[in-house]
Amino acid sequence: MDHRTEYQDQELCAGLVDKIRTLGRSPARLMEVCGTHTMSIARHGLKYLLPPTVRLLSGPGCPVCVTSQEDIDRFVKLAGLPGVTVATFGDLLRVPGTKSSLERERAKGADVRVVGSVMDGLDLARDLPGQEVVFLGVGFETTAPTVAAAVLEAQRLQLTNFSVLALHKLIMPALKSLLGAGRLNLDGLLCPGHVSVVIGSAAYRPLALEFGLPCVVAGFEPADILQGVLMLLAQKEEGRAQVEVAYRRAVKPKGNATARELMDQVFRPAPALWRGLGPIRASGLEFKESWAGFDAARRFDLEVEEAETPPGCLCGQVLLGEVEPADCPLFGRGCTPSNPVGPCMVSGEGTCAALHRYGRPEELR
Amino acid sequence: MKQASRLILLDHGAGGRLSRELVEGLILPRFGHRALARLDDSAVLDLAAQGRVALTTDSYTVTPLFFPGGDIGRLAVCGTVNDLAMAGARPLYLTLALIIEEGLDLAELERALDSAREAAREAGVEVVAGDTKVVPRGAADKLFINTAGLGVVPPGVEVSSAKARPGDAVLLSGSVGDHGLTILTQRAGTRLDSSLRSDTAPLAGLVEALIASGAELHSLRDPTRGGLAATLNEIALSSGVGLSVKEGAIPVKAEVEAACELFGLDPLFQANEGKLVALVRGDGAERALAALRGHPLGQEAAIIGRAGEERPGRVILETRVGGRRFLDLPAGEPTVRIC
Repeated sequence: MDHRTEYQDQELCAGLVDKIRTLGRSPARLMEVCGTHTMSIARHGLKYLLPPTVRLLSGPGCPVCVTSQEDIDRFVKLAGLPGVTVATFGDLLRVPGTKSSLERERAKGADVRVVGSVMDGLDLARDLPGQEVVFLGVGFETTAPTVAAAVLEAQRLQLTNFSVLALHKLIMPALKSLLGAGRLNLDGLLCPGHVSVVIGSAAYRPLALEFGLPCVVAGFEPADILQGVLMLLAQKEEGRAQVEVAYRRAVKPKGNATARELMDQVFRPAPALWRGLGPIRASGLEFKESWAGFDAARRFDLEVEEAETPPGCLCGQVLLGEVEPADCPLFGRGCTPSNPVGPCMVSGEGTCAALHRYGRPEELR
Repeated sequence: MKQASRLILLDHGAGGRLSRELVEGLILPRFGHRALARLDDSAVLDLAAQGRVALTTDSYTVTPLFFPGGDIGRLAVCGTVNDLAMAGARPLYLTLALIIEEGLDLAELERALDSAREAAREAGVEVVAGDTKVVPRGAADKLFINTAGLGVVPPGVEVSSAKARPGDAVLLSGSVGDHGLTILTQRAGTRLDSSLRSDTAPLAGLVEALIASGAELHSLRDPTRGGLAATLNEIALSSGVGLSVKEGAIPVKAEVEAACELFGLDPLFQANEGKLVALVRGDGAERALAALRGHPLGQEAAIIGRAGEERPGRVILETRVGGRRFLDLPAGEPTVRIC
């Protein structure tokens, strides 16, 4: 059966919405952690279907949004170096740094190639032996194992002109830091499907235990998300705080050990700077010493000046759910998807970008 | 030497013997209209048909030159024919100007010209003037084509993106995203075992059928770059109406949907080269739909939405699961997402 018929079935979804309306009479603040969830919720117009009492906040799981301004400036600097070919996923292309973007650098003559996967970057390095090919390693536990696999492959092929700017981030330290700050007042966490395939649903147990927070791992189709929301509301109603999985077709409690071993073979946890959240201990990945040869940060001088938060930008508070995007003075005025100021508008997956493009429920009624 | 003689040389564009050989050997045998065959500086034409003249031009560049369902030759004819058709015009004449990169294989040029001829025949238009330039290697990407088109708008036909009115029905002539995804998968070099085919086709016949249906036709657009989303937004903005569209009513081929899923793309943003969007007065919607479905290029046509007074300039999509959201303009070139 086509997944479109199975998980986008209107009757199935309408049934879930009815149950959510019954359980969601008292206010509930839920956070969808993952940018792919944010996009799916927006694209399927799900907020329009939910009662106004059930609020969905977007978490720190949009990899482009949480990439710091300094790191974007590093990409720009890297692209400007002679003999360097930058291989990147397409959604980093238009993200503005302090002075430029990869897209602008490409227009000025820099060799910036959009690739569909890190393996395409490896192919580039093979095809361009005279160039230094640098892959921009941005993403979470979902992407990091594939990058590690590419590094292993590069070593096997003895490709000396391939390196990675490793800026991968780990979702758990960010969630712990967010929840630990104690300002979120969440009633439940819709946990990311893709990342959970790797880290396993058991990884969220500390969140349920320490913070008394219901956690449900959900897939990305509308029925998956509505099911996840319903399960969170049920936990809240029954006073439970457990880790449940609404995505059993893909997620196992222990996750994918092979993928994690790959990651651990090449990378180790390191401090990382998150846009909107600031520095978080052990929330990033850096190359282990034995793989330093593939580390673009060591091969090139990528020093950049410290970047400042643009004046008026409330992304930090939006990320914490303290401020609605539309309440930010820049939203839709100085800050739009085609001319973004803050991280939440930068990526198509950001909260502000999604609301700006797809509309707020109150505008659509 | 045999090999070298099969390539385009700079001399082919120098106005000398090779230039003449190119025109007489490649162009004239394919496009034999007497106005062209005279090789005068201008084509001089009698416009027998009654009505106002529609005139348009477009330049074509596509990588790869040849793709399933079409190529740059077919595209260059259909694109311009369709621009005329979207003005309600019956396309009559085309010009065809080639900018060729030095070193292009003559066989590729012949293949592109063959399919341009075939497309012109399908569309019922004559190529009456042309030009050939050869530029040094690197100054162009293999082959660029510019076509200009001239057509005649029959009396009583008045279509424009600005003429949609509240109460109009929104019709779509068939599935969306076929062309865009075909090009994207070809370009990505992904060895997808895929049945994706571009929909490149001349739409003048379909428009004629629509006009003949007697439905009051307000706006006509072909959703090329930017896809259905861009076209609907343009009509909403130009006409100052709000459009409401049902996602479930929009035909999307399963293979297009699957490829979009894989690349993280939205089929509503992908280019089409053989589809049209029509806004017709509500009471003529069924007649217009029947006219579209009665034509070979409109068999999957559907009524996908309505124009209203609320939220002028915006397009609202009712999603398959009953949700609602704005259907916005695409942000730029489609790209693949990270996770």
